Amino acid sequence: MTAPDIPVVTVYVDRSKCQGYGQCCFEAEDVFHLDEDGKLVYVADSDISHRADIVNAADVCPMQAITVS
Amino acid sequence: MSVVIVGAGLGGLRSAESLRAAGYAGPITVVGDEPYLPYNRPPLSKEALAGGIDVTGLEFRRKATVEDVDWRLGCHAASASLADHTVTLADGTVLPFDGLVIASGIRPRRLPIPGPTEGRHVLRTADDAMKLRTLLTPGAHVIIMGAGFIGCETAATARKLGAKVAIVAIDAEPMIRPLGAELGAGMRRRHETHGVRFHLGHSIDAFSGRDRVRSVALSDGTELPADVVIEAVGSIANTEWLAGNGLDLTDGVHVDSSMRVATDLAQVVAVGDIARHPNALFGGIPRRIEHWNMPTETGRRAGATLAALLAGDEPSDAPFTAMPSFWSDQYDYALQSFGMPGIADRIEVVEGDTDGPCIVEYHNTSGLVGVVGIDRTPDLIPYRKQLAARA
Repeated sequence: MTAPDIPVVTVYVDRSKCQGYGQCCFEAEDVFHLDEDGKLVYVADSDISHRADIVNAADVCPMQAITVS
Repeated sequence: MSVVIVGAGLGGLRSAESLRAAGYAGPITVVGDEPYLPYNRPPLSKEALAGGIDVTGLEFRRKATVEDVDWRLGCHAASASLADHTVTLADGTVLPFDGLVIASGIRPRRLPIPGPTEGRHVLRTADDAMKLRTLLTPGAHVIIMGAGFIGCETAATARKLGAKVAIVAIDAEPMIRPLGAELGAGMRRRHETHGVRFHLGHSIDAFSGRDRVRSVALSDGTELPADVVIEAVGSIANTEWLAGNGLDLTDGVHVDSSMRVATDLAQVVAVGDIARHPNALFGGIPRRIEHWNMPTETGRRAGATLAALLAGDEPSDAPFTAMPSFWSDQYDYALQSFGMPGIADRIEVVEGDTDGPCIVEYHNTSGLVGVVGIDRTPDLIPYRKQLAARA
């Protein structure tokens, strides 16, 4: 018996671009947040149901640092 | 069924993507006066100006859904006839449409100041930045007209490149309209620490020089040497091509909360810097908001509206409640804002002081209308939630 493939959406943030503006955090709260020092923390793999929010988060990134696959 | 989008900036791109997301599958033509695909402008006054301009590197990723868009770049719209459902380009091409998206944006305002024009620059496009890039050299005398965000960011970059920088502005403090006098003064002191000289409360009366600008004369008689003048004194909406169609073109294009333009002649929406739109979070007074996030927010809404209209459906009449937000990096400081601090009549520094990391609240009779933080971004999140709850 094999486990069924659970569809995921994968996020990559280019740290050399990210300036910690935090705009993504409002579009996909479950995926992106800023820690106390203002550094972006994110979940790389999320359930596919979050895809629309994550795409919106990538759209609003002023540095265009977020890639969604 | 076809859609023409006039403007190949972020608003044009997001409108096209939003039309597709809302189910519109017909042809889309995007007209842009610059020769480039949609690219990100904020770096033009900062890292791109300092480190070199690669427009391809600044391009926005375009979603797969808009791969079939017909990009007509390097040609501007000369006129439109809403009655005939056509847009005419500067090269004479006539584009018929069923739906029109106005995304033609803004251009820098130029003041009629006597004297030579060679040496006078603006910063809006990648080409503008490429020209300036070669001129901001160590020791060059750079005069910046205007103390808004673009003027101040450019000043910081020019200092980083070793130029001698003076800012001339009629305002009492830099960025005073969005930030208020106290935080504006704090920002001025940061710039002064980095060697920027301010001539506030003054305008430029004349440029002097035989072949090109060599100096500027201020309204108080001061003469300043000038190798480069950068004019950052606000913007004008690119509405001329829409003349003669009976639209309300007072300061941009007036739209309702669905981004729809009031006309019986055609299905028309407007987005981005040019769209004077109501925001229910801030009293519903139509305003143009030149923040980076508004082309995305208005484009999302406008695409859904136009797709519905073209399908014969009623567009959503839900209030528009996108949160205005701006940010600015000058030297090592990160300034961020949520809401509309510019409409406040009471301003309070609630944490820190304006020479260091701080949080500033902006209120009017309706309550908290905005917040600005310097190097305090994570602490602004509860404020943003409070502002969003104004809906």
